[in-house]
Amino acid sequence: MTVSLYVPLASPVHRAPAGLKLGLLAALAVALFVVDRPEVVGAALVVVVAVGLLVARLPARSLWAQVRPVWPWLVLLLLFHGVFTDWRTGAVTTLRLLALVVAAAVVTSSTRVTELVAVVEWLARPLAVFGVRPARVGLVIAMTLRFIPLIAERAHRIREAQAARGAARMRWGILVPLLIQVLRLATTLGEALDARGADAPVTPPRRRAGASTS
Amino acid sequence: MRWGRRAASDTPAAADVQRTAIELTGVSHEYGERPVLRDLTLTLAESRVGVVGANGSGKSTFARLLNGLVVPTAGTVRIDGLDTRSQLREVRRRVGFVFQDPDAQIVLPTVAEDAEFGLTNLGIPAEERARQVEEVLVRYGLAGHRDHPAHLLSGGQKQLLAIAGVLVMQPRRVVFDEPTTLLDLANVRRVARVIDELEQDVVVVTHHLDLLAGFDRVLVFEDGRVVADGAPAETVRWYTERMS
Amino acid sequence: MKSRDLAYIALFAAIIAVLGLLPAVYPLGSTVPITAQTLGVMLAGSVLGARRGALAVLTFLVVVAVGVPALSGGRGGLAVFAGPSAGYLYSWPIAAFVIGVLTQLTWRRFNLAWAMVANLVGGVAVIYAIGIPFVTVYTDASLTAAASSAVSFIPGDIVKAVVASVVAVAVAKAYPVIELPRRRPAAG
Repeated sequence: MTVSLYVPLASPVHRAPAGLKLGLLAALAVALFVVDRPEVVGAALVVVVAVGLLVARLPARSLWAQVRPVWPWLVLLLLFHGVFTDWRTGAVTTLRLLALVVAAAVVTSSTRVTELVAVVEWLARPLAVFGVRPARVGLVIAMTLRFIPLIAERAHRIREAQAARGAARMRWGILVPLLIQVLRLATTLGEALDARGADAPVTPPRRRAGASTS
Repeated sequence: MRWGRRAASDTPAAADVQRTAIELTGVSHEYGERPVLRDLTLTLAESRVGVVGANGSGKSTFARLLNGLVVPTAGTVRIDGLDTRSQLREVRRRVGFVFQDPDAQIVLPTVAEDAEFGLTNLGIPAEERARQVEEVLVRYGLAGHRDHPAHLLSGGQKQLLAIAGVLVMQPRRVVFDEPTTLLDLANVRRVARVIDELEQDVVVVTHHLDLLAGFDRVLVFEDGRVVADGAPAETVRWYTERMS
Repeated sequence: MKSRDLAYIALFAAIIAVLGLLPAVYPLGSTVPITAQTLGVMLAGSVLGARRGALAVLTFLVVVAVGVPALSGGRGGLAVFAGPSAGYLYSWPIAAFVIGVLTQLTWRRFNLAWAMVANLVGGVAVIYAIGIPFVTVYTDASLTAAASSAVSFIPGDIVKAVVASVVAVAVAKAYPVIELPRRRPAAG
């Protein structure tokens, strides 16, 4: 569960800044919806796949793993338009989505989670107007990553405890005890965040008075 | 008073602080309608203070007073002259807090990231943070786990990481709230040794009475009051007899 | 927002992820899987309330977007946000918000009936009201075609709304988290 879809490799695509990659992805999305000529959209798909396989050198398997969930939709879409509209529209719509999904998969596979979180923090900066602290956005995401395995483990333990008392088929029965455990945990976690200075971080970064020199 | 080598060089202002003690004056605290602490007046100037008492006796709330996690409904708490109500930020920086359950205290995914968390909040520059994290991880035998996910650590290692994450912030005092309750015997001893070796002044709330052997003073809590207070040998004996 | 609220948000985002790990069930020989993930969305709204619930779901989606395969079936990454069914994902934070608002409105007399209203409106109606038109706009398909593709999921979603409501009422009794501004005690 801690695994991400990132594939560590040394390619120019991997080295490119995460913000640039996300920006290009957004630009591609806009551009593809403006164009409706199948040969242009098809060419975009070829380029995106080529970048993923040849420039980023990502294994086809890892890209396919991210495209696969969308696959049935694409087939349905092509058939739907082929039958009810026309095959040209079907081809454009399907190729467009496929190009976008592959491009998104290339970005995900070539960028570390921490880099993407940093971009999310950066994107959250304008939200400061509404009182959102960007650093807290990053903190909450990081905390979620930390607690997914912990909660999975606690859910498993509750299920074992219930099975031991003969409640093996209580599928939803773990929810109430799990939620109450988690809410209790949140209370202490909130205290721990305060105790470790998260409620009043020193901003903008400056040296602590008299901190040892280096 | 022992501030410890690193802590003493930490803030030049240390000399300006006249009183070096925990002072409670007329402290009462209620959760809703339920009183948990009743009119406590205490001065703790010792370096090693232990706190014992049954569950629900108020000792955990007492611990939370000491770094302002709980601000009392009545009375004042001063830490080295700083009021936890009006000088919360300074108090928090001065007093580190280690919780019973390290899983609730470790907030970031990997060992090194979590150890660094408090330093980031203090606004320490990156290269200095990296140096201090390295030092504290080596000290607690976690250097080999630097980039490991925190959830893969053993229970004892998790508690050591929780302690490391607090000590890296170089507090003057450390409060432990039942730090060994969830640990096996080997790790209880390990954490006891870690506490023993600390340069900082400590307050330890615990059910493990052995932890308090070398302490200067032990308080016994019952129903929100201190019912015994003295050297560990007598106080612990009194407490054990009362509980039996 | 207090530190405890951040803790609630992160922990509920993690719960939604963990519910995605539970294998899908096929009730009564149906061929349509029920995954527990939207159950998490409903619980976020009805346990944490509007603001924190919506932020928990949003956090979960960001975690998926940055490449954690936390969507049911081990899906994740930016690709899932580019597909035609992405509208359902985008509807989730709004669903949690609506559930939270309805829960807060009825909090003083919160019971199974009110919880059901909140979860059916927010957790079923809102999700389809956003998800179905999204498919239409995104794929140029007709609204009826998009709606008929969704119909088979509705029974499962109603089951989830019932489960979420039962759980939310039990949790509200044992460990209430939603705080309303205090009303003055009755004059005396």
